[in-house]
Amino acid sequence: MEIDMQHISKAFGPNVVLKDVNFSVKGGEVHALMGENGAGKSTMMNILTGLLEPNGGSIKVDGKETHFASALEAEQHGISFIHQEMNNFGEMPILDNMFLNKEIKTRFGFIDNAKMKAIAQKSLAKLDVKLDLNQPIGNLSVGQQQMIEIAKSLMTDAKIIIMDEPTAALTENEIGKLFDVIKSLKAQGVGIIYISHRMEELFEISDRVTVMRDGLTINTYNTKETNVKQIVHDMVGRDMGDFYPDRHPKFGKVMLETNKLTREGVFKDISFSVRSGEILAFSGLMGAGRTEVMRAIFGIDKLDSGTITVNGKQVKISNPSDAIKDNIGFLTEDRKSEGLILDDSIADNIDLPSIEGFVKHGMIDRKADRDFVNLLMKRLTVKANSAEDEAGSLSGGNQQKVVLAKWVGSGSQVLILDEPTRGVDVGAKREIYDLMNELTDRGTAIIMVSSDLDEVLGFSDNIAVLYEGKLMGVVPTATATQESVMTLATGGEN
Amino acid sequence: MDNQTETKRHFSFGDFYSKLGPLVALIVLIVLVSILNFSFLDPLNLLNLLRQVSINALIAFGMEFVILTGGIDLSVGSILALSGAFTAQLVLMGVPSFIAFLIGMVTGGIFGALNGVLIAYGKAAPFIATLATQTIFRGATYVFTKGNPITGAKMSNNFGFQFFGQGYLFGIPFPVYIMVLFYILAFILLHRTTFGRKTYALGGNPRAAFVAGVKNNKMIIWIYTLAGFLSAVAGMILTSRLASAQPDAGVAYEMDAIAAVVLGGTSLAGGKGKMFGTLIGALIIGVLNNGMNLLGISSFYQQIVKGIVILVAVLLDRKQAKA
Repeated sequence: MEIDMQHISKAFGPNVVLKDVNFSVKGGEVHALMGENGAGKSTMMNILTGLLEPNGGSIKVDGKETHFASALEAEQHGISFIHQEMNNFGEMPILDNMFLNKEIKTRFGFIDNAKMKAIAQKSLAKLDVKLDLNQPIGNLSVGQQQMIEIAKSLMTDAKIIIMDEPTAALTENEIGKLFDVIKSLKAQGVGIIYISHRMEELFEISDRVTVMRDGLTINTYNTKETNVKQIVHDMVGRDMGDFYPDRHPKFGKVMLETNKLTREGVFKDISFSVRSGEILAFSGLMGAGRTEVMRAIFGIDKLDSGTITVNGKQVKISNPSDAIKDNIGFLTEDRKSEGLILDDSIADNIDLPSIEGFVKHGMIDRKADRDFVNLLMKRLTVKANSAEDEAGSLSGGNQQKVVLAKWVGSGSQVLILDEPTRGVDVGAKREIYDLMNELTDRGTAIIMVSSDLDEVLGFSDNIAVLYEGKLMGVVPTATATQESVMTLATGGEN
Repeated sequence: MDNQTETKRHFSFGDFYSKLGPLVALIVLIVLVSILNFSFLDPLNLLNLLRQVSINALIAFGMEFVILTGGIDLSVGSILALSGAFTAQLVLMGVPSFIAFLIGMVTGGIFGALNGVLIAYGKAAPFIATLATQTIFRGATYVFTKGNPITGAKMSNNFGFQFFGQGYLFGIPFPVYIMVLFYILAFILLHRTTFGRKTYALGGNPRAAFVAGVKNNKMIIWIYTLAGFLSAVAGMILTSRLASAQPDAGVAYEMDAIAAVVLGGTSLAGGKGKMFGTLIGALIIGVLNNGMNLLGISSFYQQIVKGIVILVAVLLDRKQAKA
């Protein structure tokens, strides 16, 4: 199957999202679609799959002008879309989610669970995923749900598969499995449109790459004939310098120290410390307990035993409010469900943890509060028309900056950042790194949890590695390698 | 494209409705009723209307906080009755009216706190928890009053007691002052204090609010306490006005309060709404009731009309959410 989209344009009211975009994909190739958030990639894919109507341009499938009226119609023609945002029903079993509205029925009209299960398991086996399909899908991690999403698309007889940031929540291991699957799909003549922010993936897996910026196609290359610098240049419209800024850390006193933190069945005897000016990365496979340790330190989950010392003083943290009083900030892994109140304004999100500080005569001093918000927005270069815009209207990178602004504003001396650059485009990523540098220069201690090994190795001072709830070791980044970290992360001795 | 002009229209309309819709609806309603029956604009009728509105408005102010958190309080009518019965009994026992009122209001707050504890720590769904306490408080009222109105000379010949619900100050019914006072307090609490900001945060995204340091459970208990307290204040007005505590006082009052909140543009999903809207919502219900009485519409039809008005408001709210 071959798809050719020519001169596609699209506007939402006065807001022009696509001006003139050309994009094509044929069976047996992986065509990567690159561009910063807001470049129009998702809109383009939504048009292809019938979710949106284009204002102009043509879509040809195998040379024939085609128009899909709905996502279902596109799917029936063999185009499958693996969305980045998963629309699962958390309380429903995995199996029911996978076959929602596509249930297979017996000849008596009842749902044929046995048959559905067999098909699902076959598809999951390709990805090496073994799960009890009767458990609620909400029990799974984001990464596991992503694997389910991919398996769902493999169940259909798709000729073209669109993958929107498929690896954002996956571990190195899972990414490996996914790439094997992509290669075998390619060999079977399936065409793949691959959207990702991860440069190294694109060079590993794609045949062609198209870069979009501001609703225009900038260039289409054969992947072999281009390089990272060229693509980054096309994406941001200028040269980027090195991807990770340099670290020149000056370590001060220990800001946070943990002693034998234990939560039964989740993690055990976690002892580490992080100093003023330091970025301590936490690495490990999915399920190693990195996020869980951080949630317990911040008082979201309960600790069974262990002590926490902040700035030389042993503290008791039983809820986030206590942690904030001890000057700890926590950027959560999932910014939509725990980081932001999407319907509230940017300002109301930023000042929430600090709001008690703006009370004058029992009321909020609105001017001081808004000045504070505007200052933070400027410092963190949050791009928005006004502080009163809904947080949900921002791009991923800017949303992340709002969450950061919130914790910078609350005066955090220890900042826990759980996947700070997940789902964030290249330009905004660099800005977040620069900001982390600025914060550590001012003496903040940063704990960065990351599943991106390149990021861990490229932008930290020390790396703590967890494996099955145990701290395997803390190694200086300068001497660490992919292999040494992976060895620890998989339970091997260093 | 069609699609896009449609989106645009919905958006601007929704935006318009959420800001000014309730006020426009109120004005249209007033004009309509005035044309149909000119005596609606008689100052005496208008003052009477405001006095009628005050009870529902007070309950609705508390309900606004509850609904902003995504919750609901079905027990307000029963709290009104039970706290009113306590106060009436205290007055009969010779307790000074002022103190009896205060005790009544505080008891209302305590009943509300009980709702809050069930919801915050018992993790009970607000609808179910307050449905249960609605029945419990109502039953307790029947037990306490033995099913008969509590009344007596100490209430009907007591100027202080009766002034609260029946008195006039500068020609305006005293309950109207109470409504205005509590409107101002509720407005400040919601829109000018950290308590209000946390209420919105809690309704917008409870998990994000918790991570940002909001003590969710504590907030929920205080919010239901407030709702109970304001219902009791309304109960004081009603008891004083009737000079008697009726065991079935306040039955179905939760409906009018919820309707006022929804008519005022507050989303039942929580996180979005304004205190001003709720005041307007209560006035719309008041004008509807009063207007239909003036026009001699039978109370059977009145219920149908009220139901339709609420439905229309909810449908508009849905459209707004989609846009």
